[in-house]
Amino acid sequence: MSLLGDRSSGPADDLAQLEAGLDALESQREQKTSRLRKAWAATWPPLVFLALLVGVWQLVYNAKVVDPVRLPSPSDTVNSLKDQFNAGDLQKASWNSVRRGALGFLASLAIATPLGLLVGRVKPVRRAVGPILSGLQSLPSVAWVPAAILWFGLSDTTIYFVVLMGAVPSIANGMVSGLDQVPPLFLRVGRVLGARGLASARHVLLPAALPGYVGGLRQGWAFSWRSLMAAELIARSPDLGLGVGQLLDLSRQNLDTAGVFAGIISILVIGIAVELCVFAPLERQVLRRRGLVAATV
Amino acid sequence: MQVVEAGPAVAVRGLTKRFGAAPNVLEDVSLAVAEGEFLCILGASGCGKSTLLGLVADLDQPTAGSVEVLGGKPSLMFQEPALFPWLTARENVELALRLKGVGKQDRRERARDLLELVRLKDAGTKRVHELSGGMRQRVAMARALAQDSHVLLMDEPFAALDAITRDVLHEELVRIRESQKLTVLFVTHNVREAVRLGDRVVLLSSRPGRVVKEYDVNIGQPRRIESPEVAALSVAITDDLRSEIRRHGGQS
Ligand SMILES: Nc1ncnc2c1ncn2[C@@H]1O[C@H](COP(=O)(O)OP(=O)(O)OP(=O)(O)O)[C@@H](O)[C@H]1O
Ligand SMILES: [Mg+2]
Repeated sequence: MSLLGDRSSGPADDLAQLEAGLDALESQREQKTSRLRKAWAATWPPLVFLALLVGVWQLVYNAKVVDPVRLPSPSDTVNSLKDQFNAGDLQKASWNSVRRGALGFLASLAIATPLGLLVGRVKPVRRAVGPILSGLQSLPSVAWVPAAILWFGLSDTTIYFVVLMGAVPSIANGMVSGLDQVPPLFLRVGRVLGARGLASARHVLLPAALPGYVGGLRQGWAFSWRSLMAAELIARSPDLGLGVGQLLDLSRQNLDTAGVFAGIISILVIGIAVELCVFAPLERQVLRRRGLVAATV
Repeated sequence: MQVVEAGPAVAVRGLTKRFGAAPNVLEDVSLAVAEGEFLCILGASGCGKSTLLGLVADLDQPTAGSVEVLGGKPSLMFQEPALFPWLTARENVELALRLKGVGKQDRRERARDLLELVRLKDAGTKRVHELSGGMRQRVAMARALAQDSHVLLMDEPFAALDAITRDVLHEELVRIRESQKLTVLFVTHNVREAVRLGDRVVLLSSRPGRVVKEYDVNIGQPRRIESPEVAALSVAITDDLRSEIRRHGGQS
């Protein structure tokens, strides 16, 4: 209060009121839409599209354009999913794959984050490692499967190795681009405020780089999941626990087309579910806090 | 940094700055800002005003010359508010306190007081994107004041604001400067703004930036930007500024 000085005088009050008026006029007014309505608005268009897709599928099936052995009907596929569920295979396989994907992703995170920091902030490292890192991002990690099998045999190590090779470059590149997007002005502000070294990294650099990093995480998950499926489809052995990819390949061997379709669907659904439940909200939260997405979307 | 009695709060001596092989941006600039003085530096766009403040704030190294600031690090308000968008208004102010080593309890209280000082005590929980341009600059001012240095450097802080808001913030700045007993080095390309705010105005030339002329502003506060006294001095300074700019036209 002592900071305010004398407030009893007329002109000062006038100024305060004037300012309050300006603030009120200029601040954007928050528009409140209910959460439910927002969720509904985001849900129904893809559902309608999905229904259309299934409809077309059913029509094609009815028209018998394709040999029914090659193209199962939607209901055959659903039944196959039910059977897998009743036998307990679906749950077991999903759990195994999700666990592998999550572990592989976390390990990638632990490796890629310091790597990204190093490449982003240390010039010589960037010159040497940067091009290779972005090049690796365009190398499909399936390409590593044969090599991994030769090195590690049909083991969990093979699977995790392939996942790492898929996810580490995306996450590290996300970190690098996040760091590149930090406005130099923020670093200067930090220095004026007395932030140096670690304090500057912690309070200015890292929070400023977060949007790019989170984008990298999201992509990193997509790459983890893809690489995992590639590895599971190729590397099969009784020693390895059953994963969704292995389940899919099993159906192929049994010429069970409905089972193959069921496998594709479960891989897709798990991938989308993780994306929707973890990464999309995380990214939205980070961006919304900074006013980078409209609050109404 | 030795505290010399009655010495200037900011002493700039023979400052020269150039970037790489380009010609000098600033050349032999000498200035002294007395304690408690409000000095405005006036210059055309691109004449090196921001460069000068960067040197005074010790963000960049001069090519030649020296800068001395009484009582250590000055605080600096940039041309843009440059608030951190991942923090709320209050957290932005608190960060400045935290980096100064102020404890958690004190931080809260000080940040609240500072926001009240810039009349934003109810906007503390707002995020940067929810604030208007004028409010952002006031938060930036609170953050600068949180550094608790006696010298405040300001780099055209109101240039991007509309005239009505700018006028209000001028009044606000004069009030705060008086209550906090600040020494202010204020940079602008707006002649009237310089005369409205400054105790003294220094005119800087362009390419290279040199001190051309100084003007004492002997008009009591509160001043109004529309007043005839402010207008009269502004006309005189504008004439000098124009003839300074005309010189460049003749050269090419
Ligand atoms: N880091 C830099 N490297 C090279 N040139 C620079 C750098 N910073 C500034 N300059 C040059 O120095 C000159 C002065 O720039 P400065 O930003 O200090 O001008 P200013 O007076 O603040 O301009 P404005 O009114 O537009 O803010 C410009 O010609 C600019 O191109
Ligand atoms: Mg400038």
